[in-house]
Amino acid sequence: MTINASGWRPEVGAAVAESAGTYTGNRALMLEEALIFEIGDSKTTGVDIAAPPAVKSRLAGLERHRPIGIPGLSEPETVRHYTRLSRQNYAIDLGLFPLGSCTMKHNPRLNEKVARMKGFADIHPLAPRETVQGALAVIHELAHWLVTLTGMKAVAMSPKAGAHGELCGILAIRAALEARGDARSTILVPESAHGTNPATAAFAGYAVESIPATSEGRVDLAALSARLGPDVAGVMITNPNTCGLFERDMKALSAAVHAAGAFVYCDGANFNAIVGRVRPGDLGIDAMHINLHKTFSTPHGGGGPGSGPVVLSEALAPFAPLPYVERQGDTFLLIEEETVDERQGKSFGRMTAFHGQMGMYTRALAYILSHGADGLRQVAEDAVLNANYVLRSLDDVLDAPFGHTGPCMHEALFSDGGLAEGFTTLDIAKALIDEGYHPMTMYFPLVVHGAMLIEPTETESKAALDQFIGALRSVAMRAKQGDPLLKSAPHYAPRRRLDETLAARKPVLVWKEPEEAVAAE
Amino acid sequence: MRYLPLTPEDRQAMLATIGAASIDDLFVDVPAEARLSGPIANLPGHASEMAVERHFSALARQNMAAGHHPFFLGCGAYKHHIPASVDHLIQRGEFLTAYTPYQPEIAQGTLQMLFEFQTQVARLYGCDVANASMYDGSTACWEAITMAARVTKRTKAILSSGLHPHYVSLAKTMAKFTGDQLMTSAPELSAETDSVQLLAAIDADTSCVVVQYPDILGRIEDLSAIAAKAHEQGALLVAVVTEPVALGTIRSPGEMGADIVVGEGQSIGVGLQFGGPYVGLFACKEKFVRQMPGRLCGETVDAEGKRGFVLTLSTREQHIRREKATSNICTNAGLCALAFSIHMTLLGERGLRDLAALNHAHAVKAAERLEKVPGVSLVNESFFNEFTLKLPKEARPVVRALADRKVLGGVSLGRLYPGNPVLEKGLVVAVTEVVTPEDIEAFAIALEEVLA
Repeated sequence: MTINASGWRPEVGAAVAESAGTYTGNRALMLEEALIFEIGDSKTTGVDIAAPPAVKSRLAGLERHRPIGIPGLSEPETVRHYTRLSRQNYAIDLGLFPLGSCTMKHNPRLNEKVARMKGFADIHPLAPRETVQGALAVIHELAHWLVTLTGMKAVAMSPKAGAHGELCGILAIRAALEARGDARSTILVPESAHGTNPATAAFAGYAVESIPATSEGRVDLAALSARLGPDVAGVMITNPNTCGLFERDMKALSAAVHAAGAFVYCDGANFNAIVGRVRPGDLGIDAMHINLHKTFSTPHGGGGPGSGPVVLSEALAPFAPLPYVERQGDTFLLIEEETVDERQGKSFGRMTAFHGQMGMYTRALAYILSHGADGLRQVAEDAVLNANYVLRSLDDVLDAPFGHTGPCMHEALFSDGGLAEGFTTLDIAKALIDEGYHPMTMYFPLVVHGAMLIEPTETESKAALDQFIGALRSVAMRAKQGDPLLKSAPHYAPRRRLDETLAARKPVLVWKEPEEAVAAE
Repeated sequence: MRYLPLTPEDRQAMLATIGAASIDDLFVDVPAEARLSGPIANLPGHASEMAVERHFSALARQNMAAGHHPFFLGCGAYKHHIPASVDHLIQRGEFLTAYTPYQPEIAQGTLQMLFEFQTQVARLYGCDVANASMYDGSTACWEAITMAARVTKRTKAILSSGLHPHYVSLAKTMAKFTGDQLMTSAPELSAETDSVQLLAAIDADTSCVVVQYPDILGRIEDLSAIAAKAHEQGALLVAVVTEPVALGTIRSPGEMGADIVVGEGQSIGVGLQFGGPYVGLFACKEKFVRQMPGRLCGETVDAEGKRGFVLTLSTREQHIRREKATSNICTNAGLCALAFSIHMTLLGERGLRDLAALNHAHAVKAAERLEKVPGVSLVNESFFNEFTLKLPKEARPVVRALADRKVLGGVSLGRLYPGNPVLEKGLVVAVTEVVTPEDIEAFAIALEEVLA
């Protein structure tokens, strides 16, 4: 198998050309792009590196003999490769990204500018604390906002993503229970919870039991209360929950859990629906992570990084992980050791090598200061208003399983009820791609058949919502009428429906030289 | 409130469509006693772009940026030059503001990049397969230990004394809850590593041996004997690499028999950022792929037969297997993985080898100079771009005194191993391509003054 000078494997190129009707496989501005392994080679480099001074090597005789196999591209080729790839991505900068529970809102570029200031981007985590006072001040200031907005006692800043924050909260609960000599074995998790919740509880050494939802889409308080007992360490709730609803009985639920000697963990993925209007601390919550990328708009970059600070109640605060920042007069201290103050020995330890996601803290704080207390309250209001507007504008064409029970919070939930025989949520999602939208979250929460969870967020205008509503209405009508074209959508994306079964059955996770790949079969 | 596009008139019209009299009607499910009536006290109101920028500029000026001063800090985070096009490309909105590629037809850019990233990492580490990144090196290290326990169905892990102490603390934190047994100790200020003790400790109960390469003091050793002994006892060898540039010049852990290789990718394309976000790298032998944590991208075809990429093998993951998942991780460090991959593409094999050679040469030069400072001795016989000096007194105040002289002169082992009277005289010095001969001289002179 040969690769020609432009990087195309001729037989692949030919197959593409036939279907697309062009020699290259490109369709005007929709450009195909080969892999770096097909267009680069071991001799090309895009950097100029000075010749090293002559020295006697001290590598213990372990010099590399074999080639590494990493191809290089010149700088212009590199810029073009990644620019071409970028054009095959949908992003919030291109339009509405209504992924329920993911909260894709506008990412202000001021936040990027701030995070890139040399004084934040170019400082080392182990630099002497006297040389990083401004950075410690940022952590302290962000912590103050998070604690105040949530009405909690303390915040653990270091968790590196939402799921890592869940782990932090559950470990704090476990440490608090063990400190009072109360070993418990089980965490209760509602069936509508994110998959991370049961996985986290299991990772922290707990057995996991599911709590059902009511027909109204909320946690069944009676079932939960009945299950509480001396073996239950905690309950993991999401509020607002993944059906887009506020858990009305939250205070009663917390009281029941506390009376049973257990703790309440809240998945804070949906904090953006209530920020500035409700303090989780007032609801009796003991620990809650805050996905900074969701509520406070740090960019998620095609899958991360995240950042998941965890706010803690008075009962759990002493067990928070190290390190943490404290103010002493005009100086900020970084507490890294368990033995320095009265909390000695209580912290459950360290969760990550350094101090967490500093680059996300600057961005989140910039977003918070830009909004202020008044603006954050408006964030929650507009997020909820936009979601209810979507819910009410579409509930005549799409089945809204909990639509009759009242308003939703910041996301609107629909099901696949009423579609023509054989048509599914997937068909609606793929048809939305042709309309120029990223689809909503599909098949989650699991408690609703064929779920479609739509979260418009507060950074969408009414005009943008009206256009999206029009597009989804049109697609929903076609799905009810059984339009066969929907079954093969998307028709206009860079790729048609991809074969996910093949990918899982015969996993190809790294590129291999074509000869090598054939030989392996 | 420049990020909120709704006008008061829009809000009224939308409430009318919904059939609500006021916004409060939409919060009716929140119990009255939990509702806040106005903005929270003690928090200021919104600020202009200019005001926010000014606030951060003032705070940034209070920090000593690495690029402005002679700089020698390492121990798991390294100052390297990042080509300008890396930051330019990761700021393209289509990368920066995209989400997890749940809809592969309109996420091929991210997915193809992840496939290329996985291949680059696997080759760098000398492994068959790699995942699409983890949070950072330290959490990847713990994930490797738990993966070894799943594979071997044993729970005793032996951690080398040369493993980064923060990685060890993290593992100890987690092991308290999972019940895994960890054997570990602090390193000695000597040229030899603890491999003799490691070899002796491996037995039929051992799930894995975890060795850092180069280690926390910068020492390099052949891992083949440890791999052989581990395999003989049915255990796995986990290698941890905190400085991936090293692998441009020394043998990969996979080549020496490591079963799982994990590490920190920050050195390539990702800035120091006071500790994060970084990018965890994770690779292993093909036979363990279904036990791997994290996200995987795989090749497939679309309905027209065109090559394309999707997230795959998700039946290992938390959103399918819930409490039986291989890990609770549900994000990756996508944007940092992109930065790593772009920088690696710019380097290529040749650039990476040249960069590694330059790092090593600068480090040798620095070691030769610093060794001559009265009272100072060099601990290492072998090293890549980082080595340990033994000072005549405690290193922590020395580092602070150097900072007063505008030299960021390494990491004191007393900070990493508090309360250890022998190690507190150790100073770990990292020397990369950004360090100039003048920086080395400035450091040596400042050190002479401080120690005088």
